[in-house]
Order: sequence, then C-alpha cells, then structure tokens
Amino acid sequence: MNTNIKRRRFIKGSVAASTLGAAAGAGLLTPQTVLAKWSESAFHAKSSANALKNLLGSNAAEASSAIKIKAPDIAENGAVVPVSVTSGIAGTESISILSTGNQTPLIFNAKLGPGAKGFVSTRIKMGKTGDVVAIVKANGKLYKASKAVKVTIGGCGG
Amino acid sequence: MAKSSIKIRAKEKGGVTTVKTLITHPMETGLRKNKKTGKLIPAHFIEEVTCEAGGKKVFVAEMSGGVSKNPYLSFKFTGAGKGDEIKLSWVDNKGGSDSATAKIR
Repeated sequence: MNTNIKRRRFIKGSVAASTLGAAAGAGLLTPQTVLAKWSESAFHAKSSANALKNLLGSNAAEASSAIKIKAPDIAENGAVVPVSVTSGIAGTESISILSTGNQTPLIFNAKLGPGAKGFVSTRIKMGKTGDVVAIVKANGKLYKASKAVKVTIGGCGG
Repeated sequence: MAKSSIKIRAKEKGGVTTVKTLITHPMETGLRKNKKTGKLIPAHFIEEVTCEAGGKKVFVAEMSGGVSKNPYLSFKFTGAGKGDEIKLSWVDNKGGSDSATAKIR
C-alpha cells in the first residue's frame, strides 16, 4: 500500500513538472518563478546557448581570467571527471558548469547564498571530448571561462 | 534508522568553512541502456542539494544527470564558527529525499 501511495505521488509530481516545463517553454512564466524550482527547461536544453538562456536569461557571457577551472587535461574515464571552479569576481551569485560534448550540456548550477565563497567542486560525466565551461553570474552580468578536456572513454550512455 | 545517504565533513579555518560531502545516489541520466534488455534505464538523479547554516540557505546546487554517480560536492562559506551545525538535504526527480546534519569542526 505504501508503494502505491508513493507511485501516486510520483505520477502527480511528474505531471506537474511536465506542465511547468511546457509553460516555461511557451514563455508563460517569468524567469523568476521558474528559477524558484528546479530549472527543467535549462537542464533539458540540447545546446549550451539555450540552456543558459533558460537558466540565467541570457547567453552573452564575457570571458574572464578571474575564473579558474581545475579539471584534468585528459580524463581517462568520462563517467567521473573532477572539476573545481573558483571565481575571483566579487559579488558572485551563481556558478554553472557545462560540458559542451554532452547531450544536455548544462550539468550543474550552484546558487550561492549570503557568505558563500566563489568556489565549488564536484565530479561530472562527460560524453565525449569537449570543453568544460564555467559561467559565473556576478552583479547581474555573466562571465565565463572554459577548459578543454579530452575524454578517452565516454561516460554518458552505454 | 537506515544509514544516511549523506556523508559530510565541515571544517572551519580562518573564518571560512569548507564543506565536503558525498551522497550515495545512482544518478541515472535516462540515456543509458540496460545491456541485457536493451531498454533505457529511467532517469533517476538528484535535482537539488541545499545547505543551510544558522537557518539561512548558504548554498543551493541544481544538478542534472550529468553529475557523476555518488556525487561529490565541495563548497566554502563564511559566517559560521566551530561547533555550529549545518544541514544538508537533497531531492531527486522521483520525489526521494534525504537530509543530514553535521557540526563544523
């Protein structure tokens, strides 16, 4: 019985999520309301430009040397690629990580609260050789940096 | 209680708290195929990880299936001292969730 309830809740949840996604796609919701929840449209976008537009409202990012990406030059296993991003830009609000070689490029978006430092470290999957792109939002502007990573064995799909 | 899916290490040094965490989760993208049946394995990944310190959200991470299995996450923040408690919680795309607290050392 317990599983039944869970399934019911899951079905409800997925229906709600898909309608939200559709509404966002049609431009019915303002970006703020969409951002309050998990940014489905952005994470499902098939290109970096669309992902950024859906996530941050713009894809015009200025290259900045104040953003440092730490990632291996050659990743032997694409399923686990350690990536660290440090932003030296004052007033950093969010850090996003994209991998251009993936089917859905947007991987990770960290929203920094009060007191949080411009630093984030995680491990990502990379489907094939491509650039790891870090987008930093600070003072309403976007900054970016990228690093090429060669992948020997892809980590997405079978 | 079942074993928590979250491991947290939080250390304070010179006013900056460094949090390192490991979450046990399959992180399926929904693009991978089951080699035996040839069917797609349904997506199952963490959508959001939230860290609260002193009742404030200091760090929220949104993820997709592009984050590795058993995600590792590390970040830094200021404004907390030794002995303070932080709370970390996650929600996945199937409505599953877990949370854990840790004391800053």
